[in-house]
Amino acid sequence: MLSLKDKLSKNLEKATEEKIAEETEKLAGISDKELFSFARYDEKEAEKTGYSNYSYWGSTIRMFFKNKGAVAVMLLMLAILLFTFIQPCLPGQFDPNTVNNDPNTSMALRNVPPNETFRFGTNNIGQDLWSRIWAGTRTSILIGFAVAMIEAVVGITMGVLWGYLRKLDFFFTELYNVLDNIPQTIILILVAYILTPSVKTLIFAMSLTGWIGMARFIRNQILIIRDRDYNLASRCLGTPTRRLVLKNLLPYLVSVIMLRMALSVPGAIGNEVFVTYIGLGLPTSTPSLGNLIDAGRAVMMNVSQRYQLIYPTVILSIVTVSFYIVGNAFSDAADPKNHK
Amino acid sequence: MAKYLIKRIGRSLLTLALIICIVFILMRQMPIEGYFQNFDKLTDAQIQAGLQEQGLLDPMPVQIVHFFQNMFRGDFGVSHSYRVNVPVTEILKDKLPVSIKLGSMSILVAMCLGIPLGTLMARYKGKFFDKFGTLFIVFIQAVPAAVYFLFIQMYGTTLLNIPLLFNPGNWRSWILPVISMSLGNIAYYGMWLRRYMVDESNKDYVSLAKAKGASGNRVMFRHIFRNAFVPMVQYLPSSFLNTVIGSIYVESLYSIPGMGGLLVTVIKDNDNNMVQAIVLLYATVGVIGLLLGDIMMTILDPRISLGKKEGGR
Repeated sequence: MLSLKDKLSKNLEKATEEKIAEETEKLAGISDKELFSFARYDEKEAEKTGYSNYSYWGSTIRMFFKNKGAVAVMLLMLAILLFTFIQPCLPGQFDPNTVNNDPNTSMALRNVPPNETFRFGTNNIGQDLWSRIWAGTRTSILIGFAVAMIEAVVGITMGVLWGYLRKLDFFFTELYNVLDNIPQTIILILVAYILTPSVKTLIFAMSLTGWIGMARFIRNQILIIRDRDYNLASRCLGTPTRRLVLKNLLPYLVSVIMLRMALSVPGAIGNEVFVTYIGLGLPTSTPSLGNLIDAGRAVMMNVSQRYQLIYPTVILSIVTVSFYIVGNAFSDAADPKNHK
Repeated sequence: MAKYLIKRIGRSLLTLALIICIVFILMRQMPIEGYFQNFDKLTDAQIQAGLQEQGLLDPMPVQIVHFFQNMFRGDFGVSHSYRVNVPVTEILKDKLPVSIKLGSMSILVAMCLGIPLGTLMARYKGKFFDKFGTLFIVFIQAVPAAVYFLFIQMYGTTLLNIPLLFNPGNWRSWILPVISMSLGNIAYYGMWLRRYMVDESNKDYVSLAKAKGASGNRVMFRHIFRNAFVPMVQYLPSSFLNTVIGSIYVESLYSIPGMGGLLVTVIKDNDNNMVQAIVLLYATVGVIGLLLGDIMMTILDPRISLGKKEGGR
């Protein structure tokens, strides 16, 4: 036994020595300067890692579907989103801005309680509340999505620049200190006051300051992880910065980015209601959940007309609560720490 | 510490100065109707004369310097449509105490209810009370305040038989506005206190305390609660801001003669000088709130030193 062990170790030693000699010979031809230069970036080499059947998005989706409650809420949310967009194409729908008149007396059908023709009744000038609510949901969701997208795109870009370029750090930090000190609502009110209300200006006013929170978060995360060992190794291997950010840094942040985006949708919808209440919202010819709720508020102390407030608020609450729940569930699922 | 404080206060002042400049420049982009009481009836010459008299034709830097000079003398101009030619400061003097009273009452209520909520949710984690509390928090956070305020007003006034509009002499008419304004903060305190207490309860000193034989309640309140409460102070400034925002809406809903309701009124009337002064006042309140929060945190927890550069690795 002993001899076998000796023999094996000798063989190993010999093989190692031979290998070392071989490698030294190879390196002898290379100058020091070449030896210590960065390796050239090679996409094929970069992908050549140990095989693992772990797929980030696969695990995320699997984790998400384990949460039965969140899946149910998501289905409800998708159904509502889908319905808002196909509703105008369905047969027998009224135009949201047409005042409906009684065919016999040609009087406007004002404040008709919900019945078979007008599923949600009519408002105080005789417009069909059902089609106004879906048109309004469409407007509000459009505003919410636009604000969330702008915040995400601008916030991520600025955050990456802020975290990566040391020269910009001072400028961004000071900008953040100023913007963070001003109540967001005040900026919203001021900008909405100055611009004439339209969907575009509302989106502009709402996304004017929202991105800085996202940017600061991204910046802090980048500062924490950009000098971790794996990024250092990656940089030494000559990975370009753009690839480093996209492949090494951003996947880390997906869960929080998704959460912030999901929460800014209900936030924007709520802001629209608020801005409308203080008289800076969209004109009533563009139905939105904000001006529907405001119209409902005007008649809410009249018990027989309360449906004009209750229907839009119920739809709005379903939309915002489901965004909130799905966003939270998805961000839990997207956090790799929860993957098993 | 002193150095940090001076720096922090200096920064707040700088921010305020910047805000004033920005607000001032933005307000000058407004239509000029807001500077006159009866714009439609005036001739062009009268309008020009009026603008000249109010110094609105001067170059922008001159106007800003004038504004700062007047501000330090406590002069924010006069109202043009809300109460014609009454100085803005005169109008605000009556309104401010009402808002302060209402705001501080709502923060007090929020603390008295939000802190027990968070503590009990952490104490009975996973049990019925926790689930119930989570439901409440999700609802308050996800449904816009602008919506549930309306329902509180609608059902609160009919079910409890409370007068719809505010009347300072009748204590019952304070109930609904104060509750409305504190709901958001209750959910906020509850959520964060629960999270911090759950985090703390996994730490070693808790195991030690349990091993010593301390009762569950004692561990919860004497050990965990104390440590979890410190970071809560951090949220005080945010709740300040929440209250400010809530007050704009609530005051206007209940016709409370405070600043928030006034802001909505003067926005609808296009009264530029009033809008400018109230916006500045709210911005100042926000800045001071954040400043106080930072200062209180350094005082409460000696382990935190904000003197060092924050953030980073």
